[in-house]
Amino acid sequence: MNSRSHYEVVILGAGLSGLAAGVRLAHFGKKVCIFERHNAPGGLNSFYSINGRKFDVGLHAVTNYVPQGVRGTALSRVLRQLRIDRSELDLCEQRQSRITFGKSQPVTLNFNNQFAFFESEVAKHFPLEVDGLKRLVERIKATDYSPQAPVLSARAVIKEFIHDPLLEDMLLCVPLFYGSAQEGDMSYSQFAMLFQASILEGLARPFDGIRPLIKVLLDKYRAGGGERRMKCGVKRIKVNAGKVSVLILDSEEEITADVVLSSIGALETTALIDNQSNADSNLQSSPHVTEGRISFAETISVYKGEPLELGFGQDTALFFNDSDRLDYSAPKTQIDTRCGVVCIPNNFIFGADRKMPEGIVKITCLANYSLWTNLSDEKYKADKEAWYMQMQRSALKYYPSANEYQLKGSLIQSDMFTPKTVKRFTGHLNGAIYGSPTKNISGTTAISNLYLCGTDQGFLGIIGAMLSGVTMANTHILTKGGVEA
Amino acid sequence: MTNDETKKAVLDIIADIAPDEDLSNLKSDLRLRDQVQLDSMDFLDIVMELRKRHGIEVPEAEYGKLASLDSCAEYLTPKFNALEAKR
Repeated sequence: MNSRSHYEVVILGAGLSGLAAGVRLAHFGKKVCIFERHNAPGGLNSFYSINGRKFDVGLHAVTNYVPQGVRGTALSRVLRQLRIDRSELDLCEQRQSRITFGKSQPVTLNFNNQFAFFESEVAKHFPLEVDGLKRLVERIKATDYSPQAPVLSARAVIKEFIHDPLLEDMLLCVPLFYGSAQEGDMSYSQFAMLFQASILEGLARPFDGIRPLIKVLLDKYRAGGGERRMKCGVKRIKVNAGKVSVLILDSEEEITADVVLSSIGALETTALIDNQSNADSNLQSSPHVTEGRISFAETISVYKGEPLELGFGQDTALFFNDSDRLDYSAPKTQIDTRCGVVCIPNNFIFGADRKMPEGIVKITCLANYSLWTNLSDEKYKADKEAWYMQMQRSALKYYPSANEYQLKGSLIQSDMFTPKTVKRFTGHLNGAIYGSPTKNISGTTAISNLYLCGTDQGFLGIIGAMLSGVTMANTHILTKGGVEA
Repeated sequence: MTNDETKKAVLDIIADIAPDEDLSNLKSDLRLRDQVQLDSMDFLDIVMELRKRHGIEVPEAEYGKLASLDSCAEYLTPKFNALEAKR
């Protein structure tokens, strides 16, 4: 034998799903190591600093918020499975969010963490549709999420209950922007999961953003004895006789593992496979895994003072669209400013004694990956600046009391990510934030000891990502063939 | 190990798995499921924690024996004692 390190489980990627899987596996005594190519953990929900100022990458809001004491939901399940005390997350509820859609006479549906309020908003603006909404919600609550459930179109199911296309788009937009890898539509079960998470349950944020959440996971993982190698990706997976035989790291070091759990994406994992026995065999049992095309650009503006005082109102999040129909697709221009999301982290309820030191406004719009790559550094920088301004203008239309010149005077710092940034930091093909439109709920692949978790397994959002890691670790490793050793 | 000690060991596990549940007034002859909200994932965790902490194996066919604190004690105490005797 040689000196290859051997692990019972190797996890690819230190995002929320990989970390959550790691916490479970380490807690139950598995010899486990997480390999992460970047220097910061968190994956899509990571963080960075510029000039000593801390920024979150992905986080708009933690979905799946339910009040303390409500059990049997995704949040309580994740907390229990990871042995996290709820107070460790310091979840603060949103103030109020809204969906403002329409071309000539925009309609606004406000929502908060009380679904009855959203229902009353629908009743006010779409009185003929409110019974349909109630029945749609019953349908959503009874959704079958098992891997055997048929794949349905979300739009087709919504249309069974809702007749006004404007309301259809408005009901679909939060799930689309917060999780759809598919253009124009999404699978019904993904819609139901995200509608449940964001509208029926609710939005919240830890006061300090994503960092405390990642820190809790890292602490639990370390306490359980889990190992972690940062700045060290897996660059090749050798497969022999339908099983992973060796993993080759970026450092050329070779390691072995009984089981591999990959959170880096289905096609991204396939690309690593070096098949020694059969060059044609595919990672997926189903051969039709398609590349994702949905990517975003996001501007972050840091202001002196509260966004409320600058004219941004109480909005925690605003979902906007000013064209006839919602066009959720990879745009033909670098960025599509017709629709998008504004998120204001200051507008969560932190309590009377706590206030963020500066105002932050994030604006997110759909963007085209290929139009952002292969630009010269100079052109890339110039395009970012130009689109930064366009994105501000398109969002400011919804804040008539905000004044562009006053905002300019209060602006301390700004930053922007594009699809190119997403690709660089997540490795997702095409900078596709939500991965491939083809989800693999069971997580199994054609390689017997290789499983998927995270984005391409298909549980969405921050809590969903953690639930994905937990579920895949439980199903494929901890309780495989019952819980007996 | 006495039955009461076994019950305490099970309660310690439940308290760690479900810190949001009030365990102070549990009736030991009633089904745990009827008194605290434990789903199948939680029951699996009880089984896995028994193995991790105490080296006790509970085969899937016998999960039903963990229904109440009394049945836990009746089923697990001999297992605890058998392990102790081996040491």
